[in-house]
Amino acid sequence: MKRSRIRRTLNDFEESARIAGEQLREHKVRSLLTALGVIIGVWAVILIGVGMNGLDTGFRNSLAMLGDDHFYIEKFPWRNVGDDWRKYIRRQNMESYYADEINEIISQTPNTGLVIAVPTIGFRRNMSYEDQTANGIQFTATTSDFSYISTADIAEGRFFTQTEASSGQNVVILGSGVMEALFPDEEIDQILGRRVKISRIKFTVIGVLESQGSFLGLQSFDNQAIVPLPTARKFFIGHRYWNGTSIRVVKQPEIDREEARDEIIGAMRRVRGLEAGEENDFDVNASDAVEDTIGPVKAGIAVAGFIITGLALFVGAIGIMNITFVSVKERTKEIGTRRAIGARRSSILTQFLMEAVSICLLGGLVGLLLAFGSKTILDHYAPNFPASLSFNLMILAVSLSVTTGILSGFIPAWMASRLEPANALRHE
Amino acid sequence: MSESIIQITGVKKIYDLGRAKVHALDGVDLRIYENDYVAIMGPSGSGKSTLMNMLGCLDTPSEGQYYFGGEDVAKMDDDSLADIRNRRIGFVFQSFNLLPRATILRNVELPLVYAGLAKKERAERAQHALEQVGLGDRIEHRPNELSGGQRQRVAIARALVTEPSIILADEPTGNLDSKTGEEIMQLFEGLYEKGNTIILVTHEEYIAQHARRLVRLRDGLIESDTPVKR
Ligand SMILES: Nc1ncnc2c1ncn2[C@@H]1O[C@H](COP(=O)(O)OP(=O)(O)OP(=O)(O)O)[C@@H](O)[C@H]1O
Ligand SMILES: [Mg+2]
Repeated sequence: MKRSRIRRTLNDFEESARIAGEQLREHKVRSLLTALGVIIGVWAVILIGVGMNGLDTGFRNSLAMLGDDHFYIEKFPWRNVGDDWRKYIRRQNMESYYADEINEIISQTPNTGLVIAVPTIGFRRNMSYEDQTANGIQFTATTSDFSYISTADIAEGRFFTQTEASSGQNVVILGSGVMEALFPDEEIDQILGRRVKISRIKFTVIGVLESQGSFLGLQSFDNQAIVPLPTARKFFIGHRYWNGTSIRVVKQPEIDREEARDEIIGAMRRVRGLEAGEENDFDVNASDAVEDTIGPVKAGIAVAGFIITGLALFVGAIGIMNITFVSVKERTKEIGTRRAIGARRSSILTQFLMEAVSICLLGGLVGLLLAFGSKTILDHYAPNFPASLSFNLMILAVSLSVTTGILSGFIPAWMASRLEPANALRHE
Repeated sequence: MSESIIQITGVKKIYDLGRAKVHALDGVDLRIYENDYVAIMGPSGSGKSTLMNMLGCLDTPSEGQYYFGGEDVAKMDDDSLADIRNRRIGFVFQSFNLLPRATILRNVELPLVYAGLAKKERAERAQHALEQVGLGDRIEHRPNELSGGQRQRVAIARALVTEPSIILADEPTGNLDSKTGEEIMQLFEGLYEKGNTIILVTHEEYIAQHARRLVRLRDGLIESDTPVKR
């Protein structure tokens, strides 16, 4: 008895799947048109998912560039200051020697959560080698301590030494993008020792950085170069240049972020000689500030995606409900016949639910194909955008279409299952 | 006298059409015995189909009692009624009511699908039923590839496949010429001889003469209920 109940359920599913298949084959155009809403809905949800995943991955990669344990003491905060900019611009400039003073404080603090402070100054210059040029290179002028904190590894060669730095030697470490621009046809190990020009001043290449990729495939991190700070002051920025000055402080990995931030603020207030009650005249930035700025962007995309997907699926659901009603109407006599030879209400319900679900699944699969196609196009035009069509997204798409099918098919299927057999049989 | 398997008393079926009430059945008493062979006749609109639907548990009376195999049908739930239709009753319709997209075999298998039988057993039994009606070699055809008489034989095979004891046929020869109708009646005769109970509706006296008992309906009432003189 129990066996036959399970068997009967299986048979119901088999029969319903068969009918659904027949219906799809018989009404190809009608089914496809009905599925349009679901197609668009699934397409949209996958593309948005791919976009959000890509943004996320891109941002996470970029944040790794900034360093999880890194803080940047700067004149301006890393958020949009809006109309407050006057207040920030009046602040005292950052001085590179603050790094020494903070290191002094760190060494005097027992149980400190901080490791080291390193000054960096950013500026832009053009570079050339023989007849190759690379314009607008982002330079970082720093001390030899930078080698301890760099988030980018050296691929070939070495960092500059303290002696090279303090004596203002003309040495440079190239980002991989700069290297490719200046030495397009050469192997990386042949480049060390070459004399390149930075704004007509000759520098010796002593190292090349690993490739850092790009920000969302848009802006490369590899068009950069690193020079000793004293050298940069001598040739490029002088002693009265503060733009782009940042004191990078690295915390110990096991120390909590906010704790470390508090310690940095305390140290910097001592450097500046601020009294209790006086406001900070500097900002301690970290990658979380960037995370905060991406939040609203992601939320925006999510809301837009939700609305588009929701609308498309809603319209699709109504269409499918309608076509299921039509199908019930067309086949009322068949329902009567099936009931007369022993179909239970649940068998009829399953039959029409399955029909609605199959249209939705068709829509889901077409939507999935469209999404694959779009992604291929995206990959072609933005090869560095970290787009990935995850398995989860596909599962989401399929379950969304099945759910839409069940929800939209339920009312007509229920009504079909409730028809009086005798009345259904009279129907022509 | 053998066992009564169907007993209805005072059964009414009233359709409320708003303007008027139609008394399709107006108080019918009827007993059907095991291995009965009943023909129901009467003018159009006299309630024959309504009565058949009632007997076949496709419809419920507005008033009156219906005992099927000694059980009160009014107390059964919908699934039990579906199971009775599936296992104990075989229906044959005037317009055959085959599924046009399914093969002959598939059509005949269908009651077994709902009975919860596995594929292999279904196919075997459907094949057997089709052989009984002389169509064992046409199983992969579709209904529209068969003649009317052949289609009705498929429908009879479908009615037989669950081996029900009762066959209900509402004008089974109504869409057939008299020669083909006669062939169909031979099938029913064979079933009757094997012990089945047969109830059929017809407009033709010569068809009714195949039965052993003749019930005449008029305006929703039984006008006469007599043995067939042979
Ligand atoms: N669902 C319904 N709604 C309203 N009236 C109905 C319904 N079903 C049947 N009737 C009416 O009930 C009466 C009996 O109908 P029924 O179909 O039983 O007649 P019949 O004897 O089978 O006629 P025929 O020989 O034409 O098949 C008719 O007047 C018919 O119009
Ligand atoms: Mg009738």
